[in-house]
Amino acid sequence: MIKIENLNFSYSKQRILFKDISMQLSNGHIYGLLGKNGAGKSTLLKNLAGLVYAQSGKIDVFGFDPAKRQPAMLQQICFIPEEFHLPAIKIDSYVKANAAFYPHFDHQYFADLLKEFDIPVGQKLIDMSYGQKKKVIIAFGLATNAKLVIMDEPTNGLDIPSKAQFRKIMASALTEDKCIIISTHQVRDLDNLIDTVIMLDENKIALKATVEEVTEKLCFKRVKELDETVIYAEPSLAGYNAVMANYHQEDSKLDMELLFNAVLTEKNKLKPIFN
Amino acid sequence: MEFRDNKAIYLQIAEYVCEHILLEKWQADQKIPSVREMAVNLEVNPNTVMRTYELLQNKNIINNKRGIGFFVADNAITHVKSYRKAQFMEDDLPTVFRNIYLLNIDFEELQTRYNTFVKENF
Repeated sequence: MIKIENLNFSYSKQRILFKDISMQLSNGHIYGLLGKNGAGKSTLLKNLAGLVYAQSGKIDVFGFDPAKRQPAMLQQICFIPEEFHLPAIKIDSYVKANAAFYPHFDHQYFADLLKEFDIPVGQKLIDMSYGQKKKVIIAFGLATNAKLVIMDEPTNGLDIPSKAQFRKIMASALTEDKCIIISTHQVRDLDNLIDTVIMLDENKIALKATVEEVTEKLCFKRVKELDETVIYAEPSLAGYNAVMANYHQEDSKLDMELLFNAVLTEKNKLKPIFN
Repeated sequence: MEFRDNKAIYLQIAEYVCEHILLEKWQADQKIPSVREMAVNLEVNPNTVMRTYELLQNKNIINNKRGIGFFVADNAITHVKSYRKAQFMEDDLPTVFRNIYLLNIDFEELQTRYNTFVKENF
């Protein structure tokens, strides 16, 4: 369980990122963290992992304060950043140097993941392509068996087959005791993997809802014409892709990109629906 | 499996399971893939598959044998048919009717086409 209470964060006086945000995350979910460039997705993730310090507010990660960076908490967190640096060594040396920090590290699982990702294990990390390196740190991160898995844009740099493998690996990695948070712009890569959407906008959490809640309240469909039931719409070949209030209990498929744009442009219409 | 973009994923997975039962690829009392296997196979969140399996349990199409897994229920085919029929009438038929009306399609022509289709495919 992760709790954020009244978090305030800014990098400087001019650039305030979070104003008094609160939310709770529980195990057994894959959260999709969405937001425009600069909305603070990576910063929120860094707050959870104790990589930056908030001005005020409380964060509780499995009973720990991440800012204290206690080893007992850090061994339960795997953080896969968007930008990373890997040393000029081979994979086995990397594991030797780093796996010891994670008491539940599973060497067999790591080997299986590398194989699934088709990684040349004999090669030095520095000689690998960006996508290959990314797959190595994803595999390492999951093999730590950490309870909190944080991934910042994990599908960036992955080739087409690797994206499908990534989805399979994540579908199988989610267990009841794990909390997985994925920040992404590539929602089409991941939309069937995410069960709860968190959207950051204007220093706040603009939306936090499960896919089930969203589709209970909203209906995503193609319409020929716009009327007053349409909350937000984008033109398409066959009319409009529309977000509408779900008056008739229709079970539509959540379109995450459409939802994202709807939340950004029609905040006032959506707010009463979700409160 | 290719997902369509208009129907909730958990319902599309339900259709997928029902299809396997109707085609008797999965028969009564046979174990079906676990939530995890299905999620990996379809590249979806396991919670979504869980929602599908709960729905199918409520429709008496599958059973949960605690600790062992999910099994095709007795009479599953009958239950699948009534569930799918209700869905078809509600979701698909209005579109078909609309096109039949707009394009002035004759019912007799439909009947002939239908007969040929059944002959060729089943």
